[in-house]
Order: sequence, then structure tokens, then C-alpha cells
Amino acid sequence: MSKRSVKPFIPAFSLLFALAAGSLIIAATGSDPLEVWQKMLRSTFASGYGIGQVLFRATTLIFTGLAVALPFRVRLFNIGGEGQLLMGAFAAALCGIALPAGAPAFVAIPALMLAAAAAGAIWALVAGWLKVRRGVNEVISSIMLNFIALAITGYLLTNRFAVPSTVHTPAIAVGGWLPDFDKLFGLGWHSPANFAFFLALAVTAGAAVLLYRSRYGYDMIASGLNPEAARHAGISTDRHTLGAMAMGGAMAGLAASNLVLGYKHWFEAGFSTGAGFMGIAVALLAGANPAGIILSALLFAWLDYGGLAVNTMVPKDIFMMVQAITILSIISFPALFGKWLKSE
Amino acid sequence: MATAVKLSGITKTFGNLKANDNVTLSIEAGSIHALVGENGAGKSTLSNILYGLLQPDSGAIEIDGKAVKFSSARKAIEAGIGMVHQHFKLVPTLSVTENIILGKEESRFALPTKRIGREIGQLGARHGLEVEPGALVSTLSVGEQQRVEILKLLYRRARILILDEPTAVLSPPETAKLFATLRSLAAEGRTILLITHKLDEVLAVSDSVSVMRKGTLVGTVETAATSKEELARMMVGRDVLLRTANPPQSVGKTVLSIDKLNYRSPEGVEKLRGLTLEVRAGEIYGIAGVEGNGQSELLSLLWGTFDRDGTTGGSITIDGRQTHGLSPAEIATLGVSMIPEDRLKSAVIAEYGIEENLILGRHREKAFHRGISFNRETIRKNAAAMIERYDVRGVRDAAGSNPPIAALSGGNQQKIVVAREMERPGLKLLVLAQPTRGVDIGAIEQIHQRIIDARKSGLAILLISSELEEIVSLSTRIGCLYKGSIRHEFSEEEVRKGREAESGFEREIGMHIT
Repeated sequence: MSKRSVKPFIPAFSLLFALAAGSLIIAATGSDPLEVWQKMLRSTFASGYGIGQVLFRATTLIFTGLAVALPFRVRLFNIGGEGQLLMGAFAAALCGIALPAGAPAFVAIPALMLAAAAAGAIWALVAGWLKVRRGVNEVISSIMLNFIALAITGYLLTNRFAVPSTVHTPAIAVGGWLPDFDKLFGLGWHSPANFAFFLALAVTAGAAVLLYRSRYGYDMIASGLNPEAARHAGISTDRHTLGAMAMGGAMAGLAASNLVLGYKHWFEAGFSTGAGFMGIAVALLAGANPAGIILSALLFAWLDYGGLAVNTMVPKDIFMMVQAITILSIISFPALFGKWLKSE
Repeated sequence: MATAVKLSGITKTFGNLKANDNVTLSIEAGSIHALVGENGAGKSTLSNILYGLLQPDSGAIEIDGKAVKFSSARKAIEAGIGMVHQHFKLVPTLSVTENIILGKEESRFALPTKRIGREIGQLGARHGLEVEPGALVSTLSVGEQQRVEILKLLYRRARILILDEPTAVLSPPETAKLFATLRSLAAEGRTILLITHKLDEVLAVSDSVSVMRKGTLVGTVETAATSKEELARMMVGRDVLLRTANPPQSVGKTVLSIDKLNYRSPEGVEKLRGLTLEVRAGEIYGIAGVEGNGQSELLSLLWGTFDRDGTTGGSITIDGRQTHGLSPAEIATLGVSMIPEDRLKSAVIAEYGIEENLILGRHREKAFHRGISFNRETIRKNAAAMIERYDVRGVRDAAGSNPPIAALSGGNQQKIVVAREMERPGLKLLVLAQPTRGVDIGAIEQIHQRIIDARKSGLAILLISSELEEIVSLSTRIGCLYKGSIRHEFSEEEVRKGREAESGFEREIGMHIT
């Protein structure tokens, strides 16, 4: 195998390394790693409910992964996926509550998704605008905007919109509900997996077309690869900074389709379970490649739900470690072996 | 005379590339030996081997008749070899003296900076390397920084000095001064290896010349017994037209008119002061000048890419239209093409394929579109036609049908840029900045011919170059840029006469730009 052909496999090596490291840690806690992995596979892939759980979690992660991946193409690191998701989900929920109860699905669903995407995009554009007009590093501003989004939604929820003695809003109009897999395919999974999964796939395909097939993508990737040359060629790099942040924010906001429209049908405190942050890892593992994001979202969703399922044998935290080790290896392998890779 | 450096059978391979193939070379002590060759001919590899930065796969090095093996630059320095790199290795926040003794401090504690400074002053005075020992390096001009680099070598008692493209950053008078220094050093018995691609300089300063081509040493000749044409032929491997024919032609109406252009950078530095010039259809207006006299600012104002936090004054009119405030895309649609100074930085996207680079900046033309996407077929045909018409080489050697442009040599990358910009539909004005920088002699010849052809077809051309030779051979009229304004303009008549007595004419231009 030549050294050049090794490069695309770095994510796979990293994953194997992380799984091996995870096995050692499991063994150190006194459990049998093999048994744990087996149980994990059984609890996820042997039942419809398990598969549904993985697909449901993957759906959110595809959206939040894209939220990081698209800005990444213009050298922006959008850490604000969590905040954008919260704003998007909150906007979708409020919009859904405000809709008349009899609103038909073909009006309600697009309206709620538009609200979610717009809210996420606007929230991300704050960071984009600060970057373009004031030169503020988007990493810092988008992290901070997460806290602000958390505070705003938390405040509005507890003080204005929550159903008394709960931490969630009232349910959205029924017209805005996305059908779950059971209803779609006549299954008996009783899982949260819903139609949003297909939306996520469609949006990913759309992102791939935009990046690799459209003229907009040509401009956008050019401004990411060489801003100076792009400007010289008459491409407005500032506009692409704003555009990429807005698209990223819209992606994070669209995660609401899974959480609000597809599953809970309301906004609930803490229901994002940090998916906005995990999107960073998803995008990194995928090398910000849209098709790769689907795979890496599935992997992280599996580790996430699988870890929960074997919680009785080993602490779930071990699987968070596996996720983190995977990312660390992906980042550090090229650095550690860079000399060897280059020495061809 | 004794042999100072003897390289025999040096071979060095990188992967499949033979950077040095059985190179044998000997340099006499006390002589100035020039090493010339095109980009990628193996000059840098050879000098890095001599300086201990690279180790040869095979071959032997002798210094003053003794066989040596350098495992690192430190070993080479101990053997009396010193190198001035193209990019200086100085600490800007330290003084001249501190930079010179850096790494060679005589004492661990109190440094006798005063005494050493005096020594450095004396050393400098003897060889025309005047520089204030106490001055901070960050306050020095590029020429002065280079003197510090040379003094550093002398202070370390280097007897063999390697200089890598030392004149690339110097103005003509600074170059003359450097050459005087080199001669004075050689007269004291030091041996100098001068790496360059400028043949005029080789003829002006060296005692002997070695020519490299594609990793091999083509030959070594006495400078007195050779000519520019012979050296060029050795470098390229065929006859090269060093001077493109430049027949006169009648000019048309004014296309570009720049009137009292002022520009003050956001930091408040005055970069352009009342710059005024006109370029007419069918002429090449050459701007001669040492870099940093406002060329970059003029280009950015012409193309609409200037920093808008700066203040501007005066006007630019292209084909009757004021362009102030227009974006690059809008200026381009007026029929303007621009080849920027730094190709890799601003004219190409290295990771994009040749086909994509051939439409960069022209990708808004409807002919390349289909729906929300591009018309792949048209773009491919466009690329094939350009590669053919502009003789772009190396496309087929690279992997895939549309390799990234980075796979091509500098000269061929430049041909891509030239092709793209010259073929812009409705082109009226062509702005060229350093169009042949980093380009091989063979490709320079072709690019120059293209520029003359474009002029013949009635384009107005503004040419900015720091190579006086290029300015003189191509221009219809010449403006001398100094500190942000045209200090002197040579008329068509004067330029035509000047071309007949070139070296005198270049000296005359030199006086107006420094």
C-alpha cells in the first residue's frame, strides 16, 4: 500500500484505535469488553426499537454536523451549533403553538421548518456579521452565543411559555407533526425515528450538490481555499462568510424538524442533549464531506445510544471517551505521522 | 590557484525525481562562481548539499583538498562555509550586532556589544557593507539587511560564501554595490558561489559559470569567454530568443487614464502621490520602479481590491468610465484583465483543477453556465483550446485528466493565467504585473511574444515590472515610478532609441527610480 493511499483511511484507523482504547478502559473497569460490545450491537441492531433510536439520534447529528461542515468550507469554525439548534427549535415550537389547530400539514410543516431554519441562520449570522464587520473570531463569538441562546430560551420557557410544573411548552399544532416510522411503514418499533431522517438525507444531498455541482459552491470553496485569489476573481469573500454561516445556522435550526416536528412536538429544556456540540465531532470525523457526515453521524449515534443501552454494565461515559479519542486520533494522526506521510 | 570546493559525482533523488544527477564541479579559491539554471534545475539542492542541509545519496565533497561529510549545516559552518538565503534569517527585534553574534556569543553573561560593534563597523567599511551596528534590524532596508547577513558570515570567518538569488530584492544601485562587495571579498581570497537566474548579472560579476539543467550540470565556462545567448542555450537546451521583436505601430485612443491618483493607507502612509498617466490602445506603457514604490497600491486601485479604510484621491477612467468604487467583477466587465504580482497568492486556486482555474474570474460568463451549474463540456473545450494555443506543458504528465494547477511548473501556471486573462471577451485593457516572475526562460520568451501580439491586436497594456530588461524590451513608453508618482516619462521616440543602447538606457532609467 503506498503512503498516499493511506490518507483516506485515517478516520477508519482512528476509529479502530479508539475502539481498542475503549476496550482497554472497559476491561479496566472489570467488565469483559467483548461482552459489552456484543450487548451493544444486540441492543442497537437486533431490535427495531434500537435501530430507530440510532436513526433518530443520527438525524439530529446529520443536521448539526452539516452546521459545522458548511462553514468549515470557508475556513470558519462554527462552534455555535448548539445555540443555533436551540433558537431554531424554540422558534419552530412557538410558531407551531401559534398556528391554528386545524392548519393543514402542507402549510404547517414548511412554515415550521422555515421558522427553524431562519432562527438558526439569524443566530449564526450574528457571529458571521461580527466576523465580517469587526474581525471578531467566529469561534469565540459562536461559543458565547451558545450560552446566550441557552439563557434566552431557558428564560422564555420558564417565565412565559412552559406548561405549568413542566419544563416544556404546549404541543404544536397537529398539522406540523412529522409522521414516525411506525406510521410511515406500518412498523411496531415504538422508536422516536421519524420522517425527519429522510429530510436530513435530502438536505445532505442538497448540500453536496451546492458544494460540488453549483456555481455558488465554486465561488464558496474558492473563497475558502484562497480568499485573496477569490477576491481578485471578483468573488465577494465577505458574502460567502455570511452565506456559509447562515447556511450552517439554518442546518442546526433544521434539527428542530427531528426534535420538535418529529418527536417531542414541543420545546423541552435540555432535549438537544448536546447534539449541537457533537456535530463538531461528526463533521471532523467526516472531513466536512457531506456524504461522510451521514456515516459519521450514524457511528456517533450508535455509540451514543449503545452506550446508554449497556449503562448497567459499564458507565456511559466510556463511550463518550471513545468518541473523544476518535476525534483526537483523527486530529493527531496526521500530525504524528505527517513526516512519514510526506516522505514519499 | 587552489581549488576551494570540489564536488564529485553528487547525486540526490527525491522519490522519482533526480534533483542532482552525478554533478561534478570545482570552484577555485578566491573566485566568484555563478551557478545558473531554470527553476527546478537543481541549483538549490546542490547548494543545500554543500551547506550541509541535505545529504547526497552518493558523491563526495572536498573543501580545500580535504574530503568532508556534512551531517548538518553546523558542520558546514565549522568548515568555513556560509550561506545567505533568499529569505533572510534575522531577528527583527534585535540590533545588528546582536543578530551577528547570535549563536556565537563569546561569553555567557555580559556581552561586549560595544567592542564587537566596532569590529563589525570596521569589517563593514572594508567591504562596502556599511550598516549601523546599534540599529534594530526591523528599521533597516532590505539591502541593509542583506549586508547584515553577509557580515554575519564574515564575523564567523566563513571563507566560502553561498548567495542564493541575492539580487531578487535589490534595486539596481544596491545590486551594483553588492557586486562591488563580492569582488572585494573575492580579492581577499574568499570564494563565492552565486546562485541566480539573471544572466546579465552573471556576466557582470562572475569569473566562471556553471549551468544546470534538469538536475545535471550541463557545463562550466569562463565568463569572459561566453555570452548571454550561449548561457541561455545551455540552460534551456535550445536556441532562445532573448529579445522579442517589438515593431512600432500607430496607437489609438486613450483607454486608461489615471489622473492625480492619491492613496493613503489605513495606517496613514502616503503610497501614491498624484500619479498621472495615460495608456492608449495599441501601446504598452511600462512602469519601471523598485518594488514598494506604490506598484501594489496602484494595482489594487485599478482592480478595485484596495483597502477601503484608506483614503483615495484623483481618478481612474477606463474607456470613458470612472471606475472608483467599482468591484473587481464590475471592472472586469468593462473589458479589463489583470495579471497580479503574486500568481499563487492571487491569480490561481492551487487545489482547483486546470479547467477550473482557466475560468477563475471569468466564471460569470454565460457561455460557461448551465442551470445552477457549469457547462462541463464548454469548460473542458475551453481548457483544451487554451492549453493548445498557449503551449501549456506538463498537463499530460500529471495524474488525471484535470490535475490541480499546482502540479504544473511556475511558467506553465503563468501561461494558464495569461491565457485566461488575454482571452477575456471584449478585452480592451490588460494590466500585467510581473508577468514573468518565477518563469523559465523558455516560457518568458513565449509570454513576451503573447504580450506583443496582444498589443498588435489593439489592446491597451499597462506593464508593471521590476525587471528593467523586460520593461525596456516590451514597452512603447516608459514611466519611472518613484515614491508613488511617475517621476519621469520616456516618450516612444526615446524608448525606441534606448532599446538600441540598452545598458546605458537601463542606467538612465535606474537614476529615475532611486
